[in-house]
Amino acid sequence: MEHIRLPKAENVRLLNRLSPRRSCVGTLYLTATHSIYVESETQVRSETWVLHSLICRLEKQVNTSTGSPLLIHCKNFQVLHFVFPQEQDCVHIQASLQRLSQPEQYEELYCFSYKPNVDEAERKEEWSFLNLKAEYRRLGIPNSLWKSSPVNQSYKVSDTYPAELYVPESATQQVIVGSSKFRSRGRFPTLSYYCKDNQAAICRSSQPLSGFSARCLEDEQLLEAIRRSNPRSDFMYVVDTRPKLNAIANRAAGKGYENEDHYSNIKFQFISIENIHVMRSSQQKMLDVCELRTPSMANFLEGLEGSGWLKHIKAVLDAGVFVAKAISEEGASVLVHCSDGWDRTAQVCSVACVLLEPYYRSLKGLMVLIEREWVSFGHKFSHRCNHLDGDSKEVSPVMDQFLECVWQLTEQFPCAFEFNERFLIAVHHHMYACQYGNFVGNNQRERLRDKTHSLWKHLWDTRGDYINPLYRTDNCQSQGVLRPSTAPYCFKFWSGLYNRFDRGMHPRQSVEDYLMAVREETVQLEEQLASHKEVRGHSVTHETILPHHFTFLAGTPQDYSGGFIASSPCQQRSPVDGLAFTPPQNQTSEADLSVGSEQESGIADVSFNSQLSEEGPGEPDPDDAAYSAA
Amino acid sequence: MEFAELIKTPRVDGVVLHRPFMPTVEGTLCLTGHHLILSSRQDNTEELWLLHSNIDSIEKRFLGSLGTIIVKCKDLRMIQLDIPGMEECLNIGSSIEALSTLDSVSLMYPYFYRPMFEVIEDGWNSFLPEDAFKDLEAMTDEWRLSEVNRDFRVCTTYPPLVAVPRDVDDDTLRKAAGFRHGGRFPVLSYYHKKNGMVMMRSGQPLTGTNGRRCKEDERLINATLRPGKRGYVIDTRTISVAQQAKARGGGFETEANYPQWRRIHKAIERSNVLQDSLVKLVEACNDQSHSMDRWLSKLEASNWQTHVKEILTTACLAAQCIDREGASVLVHGTEGTDSTLQVTSLAQIILDPACRTIQGFQGLVEREWLQAGHPFAQRCSMSAYSNSKPRHEAPGFLLFLDCVWQVLRQFPCSFQFTEQLLVLLFEHAYASQFGTFLGNSAAERVRLSLPEKTVSLWSWVNRPQEIDHLSNPLYEPNSLVIWPSVAPQSLLLWEGVFLRWNRSPRCQEEAHEEMVHIIEYNKELQNKVNSLRRQLAQLETQEPPLQTP
Repeated sequence: MEHIRLPKAENVRLLNRLSPRRSCVGTLYLTATHSIYVESETQVRSETWVLHSLICRLEKQVNTSTGSPLLIHCKNFQVLHFVFPQEQDCVHIQASLQRLSQPEQYEELYCFSYKPNVDEAERKEEWSFLNLKAEYRRLGIPNSLWKSSPVNQSYKVSDTYPAELYVPESATQQVIVGSSKFRSRGRFPTLSYYCKDNQAAICRSSQPLSGFSARCLEDEQLLEAIRRSNPRSDFMYVVDTRPKLNAIANRAAGKGYENEDHYSNIKFQFISIENIHVMRSSQQKMLDVCELRTPSMANFLEGLEGSGWLKHIKAVLDAGVFVAKAISEEGASVLVHCSDGWDRTAQVCSVACVLLEPYYRSLKGLMVLIEREWVSFGHKFSHRCNHLDGDSKEVSPVMDQFLECVWQLTEQFPCAFEFNERFLIAVHHHMYACQYGNFVGNNQRERLRDKTHSLWKHLWDTRGDYINPLYRTDNCQSQGVLRPSTAPYCFKFWSGLYNRFDRGMHPRQSVEDYLMAVREETVQLEEQLASHKEVRGHSVTHETILPHHFTFLAGTPQDYSGGFIASSPCQQRSPVDGLAFTPPQNQTSEADLSVGSEQESGIADVSFNSQLSEEGPGEPDPDDAAYSAA
Repeated sequence: MEFAELIKTPRVDGVVLHRPFMPTVEGTLCLTGHHLILSSRQDNTEELWLLHSNIDSIEKRFLGSLGTIIVKCKDLRMIQLDIPGMEECLNIGSSIEALSTLDSVSLMYPYFYRPMFEVIEDGWNSFLPEDAFKDLEAMTDEWRLSEVNRDFRVCTTYPPLVAVPRDVDDDTLRKAAGFRHGGRFPVLSYYHKKNGMVMMRSGQPLTGTNGRRCKEDERLINATLRPGKRGYVIDTRTISVAQQAKARGGGFETEANYPQWRRIHKAIERSNVLQDSLVKLVEACNDQSHSMDRWLSKLEASNWQTHVKEILTTACLAAQCIDREGASVLVHGTEGTDSTLQVTSLAQIILDPACRTIQGFQGLVEREWLQAGHPFAQRCSMSAYSNSKPRHEAPGFLLFLDCVWQVLRQFPCSFQFTEQLLVLLFEHAYASQFGTFLGNSAAERVRLSLPEKTVSLWSWVNRPQEIDHLSNPLYEPNSLVIWPSVAPQSLLLWEGVFLRWNRSPRCQEEAHEEMVHIIEYNKELQNKVNSLRRQLAQLETQEPPLQTP
């Protein structure tokens, strides 16, 4: 609490970025974990909660005549635009939030103060919901080809690897330890996924410390052992997921990639996925495009292209497809690595798994996959998601990209996934929110699970929200290997995530929600029919339960006029102008008339006695979105 | 018949056909007057029947004595025919070229086509203006049907019957017609029952450089305003384009002469720009380079999505003026036969739930496109692959369908039809066995005796099995105005048309089947429960007499 310089600021305006007429006035309260904004002029109490751990950037803008603006950018892509009447308030709030959103130690994170009504035994039980040992057993491991290795039991061989690892049956302790010394951060080649059907395996590691000429007998032996663990294939792939130039540059630092001449029977392949810095800046550019006020189609498409974001998504998916093909079509094992083996490697291995095995397209399967490939194998969540005040160069949307790859696949294969888009967004949200302990810390050794709760159990308990109604296990899309097209036109912009809070941009009726409601009703009907005998004699008061609200989300128009009709966003094009904004009660057309009149072309103003303002503030309004009528 | 001389080689054996996402077929290729047919002459293999009029262009390639013809269709499909023998290939190629570019309308297939199905309702009579007017009469007495254009003399592109304000006589209409481009005087397009506001459309006023005015025109459109109310003129052109039009005798309504009207200019592009955009878009979709940057930059450079956004935005604006601002609207561009119709028809989709039904949508297409004089024959004579220089070609109707698809995607439960109806209309507008889209106007359709000599597309569509196929399982009538989002993030590329032949439709079909299954199963159970309930109710009514002593 000592970080809160000002617990409460009054008469703060919250601007609606896309339709200014929906802006409001209220009070902002700061608590230890959340900022809570309460609108003051509505009949129905309306609150906006912002979790401090979700705040990624505070942007104080130049004062205007109406006050001091403060933009809060959140990691879940929400942007809140506050205007404080007192500059002093703004400064204090900013300083408080700056500190509150960047704790210095794990213990300050929200997961340590989040206490749902669950007793300690149950809390512990939550953590056993997912069991990786059971997952490997499901894959048929250990077996005669692969064994569990105790070598990293106390994290001595690699402090970023999990304690429980699986290696080829023939790999001795000495070979493993030898190989680990020849790999960055001791991350030696180890099993990621095993294909029961044809015994091909995906293994993962970090780059070899080969420099220009170094070699390591044990490392060569370990790769040979991996190849032999797949008796049906006489070669294996080694996939370096970096661009060739980057890998070559690493040789100068004593790192690098495998020399085909030194390893027997390997096929070496580069797959260019860019590094975390490129991805970070690409995402920022894409978000800048998303936040444009009234972009034209050309602005948007140019910006999207310029950001390179979809190009990177395609690169990750292409890499996954390559690995999945090697496993399923060539029956060859694959070793995947990048530099440290915790970013691109995790992406490629997990995308390949989703393509290869239907189980990973189920709700629980995807959880297990994330737990194995990302959490246990040491994806540095706390660094990448900036959980603590740290090096901003460590931040990167690597996991975002994996989730987006899965989303792109759900668009191509609408019946193949048990979960829906909401599930992917929920995982994304919680990765950053730190409400649960799952993603806190950078590797298994660091993870603090003894006081926190587990997200997976929570998502499982609320799985009703996350089910894709079109999913059927007996469908041909849900079975076997997915073969997506990765032609550029197959990739869509994921507005559901990146414009998540601009609700007006999304379809107003959800096919999925509609079908879920129908299915729910179907279940009730089935029950009714089953219990028909018991019901007989009673008066049946079953009513059609179809959710009619889905079909009545027509809402209100947006601004299509480019500034002719009252209160259009176009009159307030720049952020600074956006503040020259009259209080909502006067926000009818008269207030704006003079602004909108006689634009360049002798076009008349529109003196609407606007019916737009007739909607009561309490009325649910599905589309307060942007009109970009430039 | 006269086609025989165009067919140099009527038949070739051993031709191999490659189609996207279908197995290759080897068989005999036959050319008839109207079709290219490939048949394997085996049972259970699908034959290809392709209308010559669907062929946009062909490309010939030779490898030794094996010739290959790539046939590029107006529905954007590309098929490949491997033809043994160079001479045969050349002959087939030139025959196709000749047959697919016949000039005379009366040689077109619809004049030869005999329906293989039972015509339940003659589509030529399904959407008569007098019937539509009956609905209007039930709502208001402020409008009348005028026969001023009975013989197409006042306006060659209008139908014989048009709805105009009750208090305006035919003489006024004639004079107003003289002041409007192509004689297209302002007529009623849509009456908004909720508040009595209307949408009208017309050609541009012929003000010219010296600001000509026409009292009758002013009187005509002012007659549509309620006392003390203002209206909006939505000019689909930018102000500078409208200014330039003055030099050619056109122009726009000035404030001085139309004080009760406020003018808004939008920027919907003209025909040749749109055609160019379509060609570029389709070229981008067929680019096999697999580079994301190249795809996005080509997509952007085609400007197609920009046009979609502009048209939809303008339609939303018109709808907003009517429904939210309680004002009447007059829409026009230059001729009033292209962008004007895009705007007026889309605004009705947004405002009027009736237009979102299968029948209602056909009625809208008939009223706002066919009867309103969109020159289909000129606009749709070539599609995206044609090599010849475009004259009057433009994908205005396709853009309209694309915009409808965008709204349908945003309101997937509010339309009685699926995307399939839109795709079907796109196909038939460019090539069809039906006469519906032949000709450029109502007058031409009469002159060509289309209703007597050809079958209407609506006759075919409005059969139970076809309706079934086009029905949206998610449909729940929605009586509200539906306001779509026009943010760039909300407007997607219409895959159903532009990527239709680039990717297998299987996954989407499966999803659709599953959707239908979920809903059908629900209905089945509902019926069961209802019938049980009825039985129960019967039993209950029978029981009491037994209980009472």
